[in-house]
Amino acid sequence: MINKIFPCAEAALTDVHDGATVMIGGFGTAGLPSELIDALIARGSRELTIVNNNAGNGQTGLAALLAAGRVRKIVCSFPRQADSHHFDALYRAGRIELELVPQGNLAERIRAAGAGIGGFFTPTGYGTDLARGKETREIEGRMYVLEAPIHADFALIKAERGDRWGNLTYRMTARNFGPIMAMAAKVTVATVHDVVDLGGLDPEAVVTPGLFVQRVVAVARTATSAGGFRHAA
Amino acid sequence: MKTRPWTRDEVAQRVARDIHDGAIVNLGIGLPTLVANHIPAGREVILHSENGVIGVGPSPAPGAEDHDLINAGKQPVTLLPGGAFFHHADSFAMMRGGHLDICVLGAFQVSATGDLANWHTGAADAIPAVGGAMDLAIGAKKTYVMMEHSTKGGQSKIVRACSYPLTAMACVRRIYTDLAVIEVTPTGLQLIDKVDGLALDELQRLTDAPLRA
Repeated sequence: MINKIFPCAEAALTDVHDGATVMIGGFGTAGLPSELIDALIARGSRELTIVNNNAGNGQTGLAALLAAGRVRKIVCSFPRQADSHHFDALYRAGRIELELVPQGNLAERIRAAGAGIGGFFTPTGYGTDLARGKETREIEGRMYVLEAPIHADFALIKAERGDRWGNLTYRMTARNFGPIMAMAAKVTVATVHDVVDLGGLDPEAVVTPGLFVQRVVAVARTATSAGGFRHAA
Repeated sequence: MKTRPWTRDEVAQRVARDIHDGAIVNLGIGLPTLVANHIPAGREVILHSENGVIGVGPSPAPGAEDHDLINAGKQPVTLLPGGAFFHHADSFAMMRGGHLDICVLGAFQVSATGDLANWHTGAADAIPAVGGAMDLAIGAKKTYVMMEHSTKGGQSKIVRACSYPLTAMACVRRIYTDLAVIEVTPTGLQLIDKVDGLALDELQRLTDAPLRA
């Protein structure tokens, strides 16, 4: 029998090794898998390369992982925010490596990894500092930059509902990077707010088919709420 | 007549006037978000936000915020009937694939050839952050810029060549400032509109690239 349901976040992350590349879903705090990040901090893995759109907010979640000194390198599009204090301090002290990637290139590089694409030509970034040193090509009169896929050892994502095969649905803009990160990692761990029986998800509405997901953890519906959550129908 | 610059809302109103019925539009974070408040009555405009939503509605009432439903500025929004959610790669395919009609972006500088600088000042201690700016600038069918005409120090933000790091080359179609509306054409900057009472030679004096009336 296939059963990808794990009892808790800690149990789903026991094999995250030092030096691993870990994708973490979320855009700001929407879709950020806070329980998995807390478990990753507790696990103590070091020298991590983190792939996320941002570089942490405030004192919790990704910011706490950075503050704990566990991250060697971060790959992201928008590290600087009003409350990205921990990243800012590490970066200014030269204690973290930053690979800054335009957001659409970040998404497509992740998607490419999951789709088995060895690289792609994109017009984004052509002629800018972020394309410096990269191969360029003129295609039908337009200039493009060659970008490489981003693979990961683990993807930690937040979904809404899931089943024991790993099928997932998401909620609103918390979907963001979840579906593509699930495709790009060797091991994808997803939190869900509801575990349902097989057949309990409308197959027409499944966003991430279970083959992209290895582990599912049920968590309480509190992570990103500021009072606005309604229970999913 | 004494010259009065347009207010931010008046600039937003001026941008909104140029957004056609049925347009799919992305409004950049900051100043451009004001444009949503000024879409003329009777025009149906669909707003896209790069974090995976199309059909963005107005801000929620206090207490009704849902932090799973936010825009690119990470502010709570609402979803209009007909709206849809999608993942990040699809969202940027909408941009890069040329499926958005218009994007409106803020800027540090725009050059006479439509080069845009809006992501990094290049200062040694500045932490760079690019977000979706480079994808948006090259992706939409038309890229509009909305910005102050001059910096707080009085320097023109319209320049012959950008001194700040570029976001994208030759991507800006129109520039909306608190003093003028300027079209970027293959033969240079064409003045479309300016505030009442501002003489052309005075506007030219405030603009570091040649303007054609």
